[in-house]
Amino acid sequence: MTSIQKPPVRHPSLQSNALGLTRRDYEGAMSTLCAGCGHDSVTAAIVQAFFELDIPPHRAAKMSGIGCSSKTTAYFMRQSHGFNSVHGRMPSVASGANAANRDLIYIGISGDGDSLSIGLGQLCHAIRRNVDMLYVLENNGVYGLTKGQFSASADVGSKSKRGEPNVQKPIDPVLLALSLGATFVARGFSGDKARLVPMLKAGLTHKGFAIIDVISPCVTFNDHEGSTKSYRFTRENYHELAAVDFVPLQREITAATEAGTSVSVTMHDGSIVRFREVGSEYDPTDRDAAYAHVRTHQERGEIVTGLLYIDEQSSDMHDIAHTVERPLVELPYESLCPGREALEKLMDEYR
Amino acid sequence: MPTDVSNPQYYHKVVDCQWACPAHTNVPEYIRLIAQGRYTESYLLNRESNVFPGILGRTCDRPCEPACRRGRVDGKPVAICRLKRVAADLRDDIHEFLPAIPAQKNGKRVALVGAGPASLTVANDLMPLGYEVVIYEKHQRAGGLMRVNIPSFRLPAEVLDEETQIILDMGVDIRYETPVTSMAALLSDGYDAVFVGSGAPKGKELELPGRHETDQVFIGIEWLANVHFGHVDRIGERVLIIGVGNTAMDCCRTSRRLGGKDIKVIARRSRPYFKASPWELEDAEEEGVQIVENHSPKRFVLEKGKLVGMEMDRLRWVEQNGKQKSEILETVLLPCDSVILAIGQENSFPWIERDTGVGFDDENMPIVDKKTFASTRAGVFFGGDAAWGPENIIWAVEHGHQAAISIHNHCMGIPLDERPAYGMNLVSAKVGMHSWSYSNDYSPAPRMKMTHAELTKRFSKLSVEVELGFTLEQTVAEVERCLNCDIETHFTSNLCIECDACVDVCPVSCLTIAPDGPEPDLRTRLSAPALNLTQDVYVSAALPQTKRVMVKDEDVCLHCGLCAERCPTAAWDMRQFDLLVPYAGRRLPIATLPSGHVDRPVSAA
Repeated sequence: MTSIQKPPVRHPSLQSNALGLTRRDYEGAMSTLCAGCGHDSVTAAIVQAFFELDIPPHRAAKMSGIGCSSKTTAYFMRQSHGFNSVHGRMPSVASGANAANRDLIYIGISGDGDSLSIGLGQLCHAIRRNVDMLYVLENNGVYGLTKGQFSASADVGSKSKRGEPNVQKPIDPVLLALSLGATFVARGFSGDKARLVPMLKAGLTHKGFAIIDVISPCVTFNDHEGSTKSYRFTRENYHELAAVDFVPLQREITAATEAGTSVSVTMHDGSIVRFREVGSEYDPTDRDAAYAHVRTHQERGEIVTGLLYIDEQSSDMHDIAHTVERPLVELPYESLCPGREALEKLMDEYR
Repeated sequence: MPTDVSNPQYYHKVVDCQWACPAHTNVPEYIRLIAQGRYTESYLLNRESNVFPGILGRTCDRPCEPACRRGRVDGKPVAICRLKRVAADLRDDIHEFLPAIPAQKNGKRVALVGAGPASLTVANDLMPLGYEVVIYEKHQRAGGLMRVNIPSFRLPAEVLDEETQIILDMGVDIRYETPVTSMAALLSDGYDAVFVGSGAPKGKELELPGRHETDQVFIGIEWLANVHFGHVDRIGERVLIIGVGNTAMDCCRTSRRLGGKDIKVIARRSRPYFKASPWELEDAEEEGVQIVENHSPKRFVLEKGKLVGMEMDRLRWVEQNGKQKSEILETVLLPCDSVILAIGQENSFPWIERDTGVGFDDENMPIVDKKTFASTRAGVFFGGDAAWGPENIIWAVEHGHQAAISIHNHCMGIPLDERPAYGMNLVSAKVGMHSWSYSNDYSPAPRMKMTHAELTKRFSKLSVEVELGFTLEQTVAEVERCLNCDIETHFTSNLCIECDACVDVCPVSCLTIAPDGPEPDLRTRLSAPALNLTQDVYVSAALPQTKRVMVKDEDVCLHCGLCAERCPTAAWDMRQFDLLVPYAGRRLPIATLPSGHVDRPVSAA
């Protein structure tokens, strides 16, 4: 909580985007999270990403479940659509919304509790359906709202605030997503916006289910010595694999290719994701290699970050279901629901 | 290089109004005291630095207002000057809070020439130290230019009387109607020090054909003095005022009250180049005075010995080689019955013999040291307009403070350039989890407009005060516009965990965590580029985790405290900055931060 609302004043040299909006036009209500929460930083990165992509706020839909992370949809883009669902059920609600209106840009915000415990099954099936959305998993390794119990993503040996080590094996959302066939898998850190923002932009542009696991420290219950999800531990054990530059289609590509740039992937809309500082041994379009790489580093206690895997040739939920191009919500009622006669005619075909 | 905030001048500069004020009045604190209804305390805080809050609250040139940060935020500065008047108008009796005057004198005698703001300030600073102070004044009352040149519809006599009397009542030996006619004679009286604060009393002449063939051409400041003394009580219906400074404004508005109906102020150049303060121009125009731009006087036109008009060249200004040059478009006749010349003032020291050791330069101005106000003769000091020509009251006050320090040093055998140092207090403004000892919310209220007396009423009598002062409602709204720039954002780099919370919450994007670099380069790499080079950027020491630095662009910081509220480790704190301004003979508690200090967080984690 803060004592005041954010004053409606801005810096005279604050930049505008193609829509004439400033970053401040993408903000939402004041955060009620703890001061220093990683989630607030992720929120700011999301604001920046939407601002830089020139997305009109009213063309986006913010989906969430329950938890500290799920509260944050209130803290950005106050003019967007949104749905705050039952705990862990956001993927289903997002699938439904996307089925009805494929023209909106969907962003789901979830946490390690919402996604990896109560909503694990929901997450798995949304990945399988390849719902066209960006799924941000704000991962802090604890249940913050219930005062700091270990969550399903807590590492073995990581200590609670009172000094108890965790003994259960964690679920790694990156490995989970890779094994389930996710078409865009990345990991970021709330304390590194310079890398997180391009990743979010690529994820928003990706056609299909894009999941970004964001290490987002819980400053109240999991930022102490012995924690493996603290600001300090994450910075010290950060192994950046694949930082990306996001080059939107609209802008002319004039920048020279930086040394070390070995791979670039063209997104479905023609935008380009460039991988920086990727060794020749790494291919971000090779799922098995990505899995092996993350696994190897995990064994050494290193946190691999970056855009780890991308498949731009995939079919999303609408392709699989052969739905019409036009969003269902825009179809005239008569064609969406052709009536009893049409139904009986259809039934007759199967008799 | 990290910014050194242990030097009081860094945070001082952040308080734009205080930095711009020649006397460094603690503006935000006195506005807060007004907000709390503590008018007497507010008045006393003002008095400490500017000595004449009631007078200045009506007449100050307000260098603080163009500097005010609020002006950069919503276009209109806080009405600082008129809030000062609120404190002066609503205060209680202050006599019991004035410094005690020692009965036992220190044996040093000081003579002050002229009882204007500079001399009175010297007396104000020296009397509590035990000096015997003698003021020589040519008129019957104290106040100098504040009395005889500022019309009473802007500054009521009671206000002036009260504030000058406070100083005289300290036991000053003031000798009225005693002009000093000889410096040599004054020096032979055995004073330990002499201060010349006699102003710039000579109005400039305009030698044009016809000037001395009529009795209807007046010199502005002389004419205003004659009006004050009652020697003049009318003027012709059509009046031309030559010059467009603040004296011209006083002349035209006074003319309006003495029978002038068609009054024109003549300016050689266009409006952006006018010397008069914008608000004084507005006030004159409200009274029906016409401002005529780009006219240059050529000659006085007389018919049968009577002034009937002035011939003027109408000019056009063009830029040539980066310089403005005028071209004459045509010559016009502006009919008039009287002319007042208000084109500037000069110093005049016919009474200082050139063999007293007080040196003069080629332009017949005394040679005065900019820092110590000392002349070339030991023990003789100058201040106010007498030193370097016309300035304004608030500068005269500051000159008085500095001269008093020099006089004290001189009398105590301390070298003049050993000036007492500035100090500061820096105290956390945190009073609870999310509460501060100041009103940190941003008020979007527009600047309050001063209410003026109705035109018919104000023209009925010369002494009817035009400005009515702020109402309580206006005061309440205006104090909340102040951004509390003295509540500084204080950063302790070793506490920072680089969570970005402050950067994300700042409404005006003034914070950035970035790799270090030279300042010009850093300025371009911020959340919003820091393009206002007159405003500093703060750079922290290297941060513990990534060795990047915290950078703050001071330009439009609202001092709302959100960075400190969202900081989990209290690396950011809001701290009330109190500049400790040195005055003569007063030793300051030097409460600066030792370099390399380590602050403890508010709550031990």
